[in-house]
Amino acid sequence: MADAKKKKLTLVQQQYQELAKSHEPPRPIAMNFVRAFLVGGLICALGQGIQTVFIHYFGFDPKTAGNPTVAVLILLAALLTGFGVFDRIAQWAGAGTAVPVTGFANSIVSAALEHKSEGYVLGVGGNMFKIASPVIVFGVAAAFVVGLIRTLIEMGG
Amino acid sequence: MMSFVWAFLVGGVICVVGQFLMDVVKLTPAHTMSALVVAGAVLGGFNLYEPLVKFAGAGASVPITSFGNSLVKGAIAEAKLHGLTGVLTGIFEVTSAGISAAIIFGFLATLVFRARG
Repeated sequence: MADAKKKKLTLVQQQYQELAKSHEPPRPIAMNFVRAFLVGGLICALGQGIQTVFIHYFGFDPKTAGNPTVAVLILLAALLTGFGVFDRIAQWAGAGTAVPVTGFANSIVSAALEHKSEGYVLGVGGNMFKIASPVIVFGVAAAFVVGLIRTLIEMGG
Repeated sequence: MMSFVWAFLVGGVICVVGQFLMDVVKLTPAHTMSALVVAGAVLGGFNLYEPLVKFAGAGASVPITSFGNSLVKGAIAEAKLHGLTGVLTGIFEVTSAGISAAIIFGFLATLVFRARG
């Protein structure tokens, strides 16, 4: 795909792009990995803590405690996004905050807030899933294919 | 206590995989998240994700890969009860709590907060 794009450019444009690329600061990849690991791990450990509380004090079993745990994490992410704190952590942590369910919640809340000025129906309602929808679309598409194959195999066998 | 350590380690590693896809493979965040969800769905289809959840707890159930796994799990479970149409009706069975919570808290947030920055 990248090559197809390159062919459309003139020689001068290609030279410019190479020049621009050589001046791009290199991504601090190793540091990014460490940050993502630390923050992502901490969020999951926090999730484990919330889950433990639900199991010990609210009578959930390990299988049913997942839903309330995710809901609490989503609530926390929504609050932090509303207070403007989430983006600051996310900038530092990269995938560490984006990959856990907190990133999903943040993408929904921030899109909703960003478009609030366009009104509740067209702005908030219309744009809430603007960033989160690829995950849902491809998740559901993949789940449908995988689920269908599994079901057909089990029916046949 | 060990469950916290494993949740931390496994959750951290999954996030590093996400960071790897963004920094080294140079995918956009949207492509990265979609890839992780599809990966979770495929692992779920082979019954490989559930053992990871049993072992790492929230370390496997909090990252977005678990969303893909839960979609497949719901579809397969419902298909076992109601036949092929169950694949359709079951997809959101397990994940509805997360999606509903995100919509509800997202909507409530717009009542309270304004956009920043």
